[in-house]
Amino acid sequence: MASSAISPTRTSSFINKKDFSRFCFSSTSQLSIHKCKKSSVSKKIVSVMAPQQSERSPATTGSVKTAMTLTEKIMARASEKPHLVPGENVWVNVDILMTHDVCGPGSIGIFKKEFGENAKVWDREKLVIIPDHYIFTSDERANRNVDILRDFCMEQNIKYFYDIKDLGNFKANPDYKGVCHVALAQEGHCRPGEVLLGTDSHTCTAGAFGQFATGIGNTDAGFVLGTGKLLLKVPPTLRFVMDGEMPDYLLAKDLILQIIGEISVAGATYKSMEFVGSTVESLTMEERMTLCNMVVEAGGKNGVVPADTTTFKYLEDKTSAPYEPVYSDQQARFLSEYRFDVSKLEPLVAKPHSPDNRALARECKDVKIDRVYIGSCTGGKTEDFLAAARVFLASGKKVKVSTFLVPATQKVWMDLYTLPVPGSDGKTCSQIFEEAGCDTPASPSCGACLGGPKDTYARMNEPKASFSLQL
Amino acid sequence: MAASSLSFSPKTITSSPRPKTNPFINHFSHSLQFPIASSTSRAIFTSPTTSIVPRASSVISRATNDAASTNTNTFHGLCYVVGDNIDTDQIIPAEYLTLVPSKPEEYEKLGTYALIGLPSTYTTRFIDENETKTKYKIVIGGDNFGCGSSREHAPVALGAAGVAAVVAESYARIFFRNSVATGEIYPLESEGRLCEECRTGDVVTIEMAESRLINHTTGKEYKLKPIGDAGPVIDAGGIFAYARKTGMIPSQN
Repeated sequence: MASSAISPTRTSSFINKKDFSRFCFSSTSQLSIHKCKKSSVSKKIVSVMAPQQSERSPATTGSVKTAMTLTEKIMARASEKPHLVPGENVWVNVDILMTHDVCGPGSIGIFKKEFGENAKVWDREKLVIIPDHYIFTSDERANRNVDILRDFCMEQNIKYFYDIKDLGNFKANPDYKGVCHVALAQEGHCRPGEVLLGTDSHTCTAGAFGQFATGIGNTDAGFVLGTGKLLLKVPPTLRFVMDGEMPDYLLAKDLILQIIGEISVAGATYKSMEFVGSTVESLTMEERMTLCNMVVEAGGKNGVVPADTTTFKYLEDKTSAPYEPVYSDQQARFLSEYRFDVSKLEPLVAKPHSPDNRALARECKDVKIDRVYIGSCTGGKTEDFLAAARVFLASGKKVKVSTFLVPATQKVWMDLYTLPVPGSDGKTCSQIFEEAGCDTPASPSCGACLGGPKDTYARMNEPKASFSLQL
Repeated sequence: MAASSLSFSPKTITSSPRPKTNPFINHFSHSLQFPIASSTSRAIFTSPTTSIVPRASSVISRATNDAASTNTNTFHGLCYVVGDNIDTDQIIPAEYLTLVPSKPEEYEKLGTYALIGLPSTYTTRFIDENETKTKYKIVIGGDNFGCGSSREHAPVALGAAGVAAVVAESYARIFFRNSVATGEIYPLESEGRLCEECRTGDVVTIEMAESRLINHTTGKEYKLKPIGDAGPVIDAGGIFAYARKTGMIPSQN
């Protein structure tokens, strides 16, 4: 019977951690080490391994450094190799595995079936379970799925389970957060240099923190639950250099729609997307999250924004876990490079029915819409709502169609009611939205973004033209 | 040089020397040996354009089609043709995601909703009214099949509905990976746009050993790309079953 008892083993050819980190860090640009001494990789699961090198050929050590991209470096460190190249399949140690109410139960089912009913997860502190998809509904199966998560977390003594029991009043649930990708960031689970996997395509959002983050299915997740490792193929990197001062009528969403329109919904398939340049450096963490969020819409495997002072400042009050950022070497090889002068871009929309069906917003100004939805991991963060509030403020008018607001998390909801909107004489977003005639901000969750059960707030149950103002 | 630095995509930069003996000897003494380390499994999550990797016991050589001939699967039946960018919402709409695939009754139910999200321009239903399984054993698609969400429910729904294989021009990465890991369907790649050559209802045969698809209705034959090392994983029934079958992990008894 497969059990999860793993014997720790050591091989003498394991690269010394200090040598490794010295080797990996580029001497180029920015702060290369913010905090030293990454917590050591769990030694618990070592039975899954590629054969160890018995010797290192000279070219991989000493003064001859082989250049790697940011993504390659993270995967090299996570797979305990000094060097790797795109195309290699490697076993990576997983720092964080995230799952939610839609895919969690299936992943748990597979874990129990394959590792045994009494098996224990590889690390009770590296699993983050965030119910967020189908929460505020009377659908019995949806509610049952949250119960399944709870039972598992209790049985396994999982440290990070953002539970919800009182569906009638989200505020009565102190642990509940909301949308997983925003919660991961807000709760300090995203850290530079780490590997974060999630049972959700938009897990790539966390790449905004300079880490490798990608989505996986239930079976892969079940595997990680038991072993803490996964076999991944190293992707080549596409580089997107964005320079120029960001005009105040543009947001990160416009930038990523520009890119997706350029390369198409399959343009980044199996590839990593790296976002650099002065514009990117000027973006806040939430804006960087928006950029990386839609990497999967281009087919991308993961997206990354190199960590910098903006990142470190954001993380200061959110995590005390040590981390070690990495950066692409000067000589690293990229599959291609795209350059944008951001000052020349205009606000964009993605028309039905594809994210790459890009059009200028002004070309669509005569399109009639039936409703507006502001929310989701892409467009329901605090800054997204602040931007929306500024638009309403500037217009001074009332909305002409139903306008639904779904803050991503409890924290975002709070911000709507407390943060003053610049230029409004101290008004909060909620006040501005109310004056404009929007619906009252709803309970935080994924909401109608992906549809969900029929009684989901703001769900479209027949075809309509909805302007998904996911900013 | 670490043997694990083998790369499988023909387009990538490096080709490290391959070991002559199987380096992944299962020498672990404890119960959970998880996976991997047979070189035959290393390619399981590669991109679909992978070339065949010779078994570790063979001498260094370029991949040949012979390695794929170990897969003698043949599928015969009606095909259902779809276009480009078939996303996971079309394959299995989000409202059905409350069904948990690891529960047998819910697995079956998922199957009944396969491809129910296709727009009304698809005038032929994938699953007939009052049926729970599809009569189309093979789905033929264009580019970027399975794009969108990471939901494993997508390949699961197709498999539960009775689909044996999808033949598409290219796949989205998570869908491909999930297909292999679950062993639910064979995600085969065509050379060229079969979705323009075939029509829903054509009778086709797929011969994996020959890497070809025969359309009996039109009388034409088409080359397919070999499934490579993903084949044995799907044959076994997915990654866990494969690991047990090849002795990487102990069987449960």
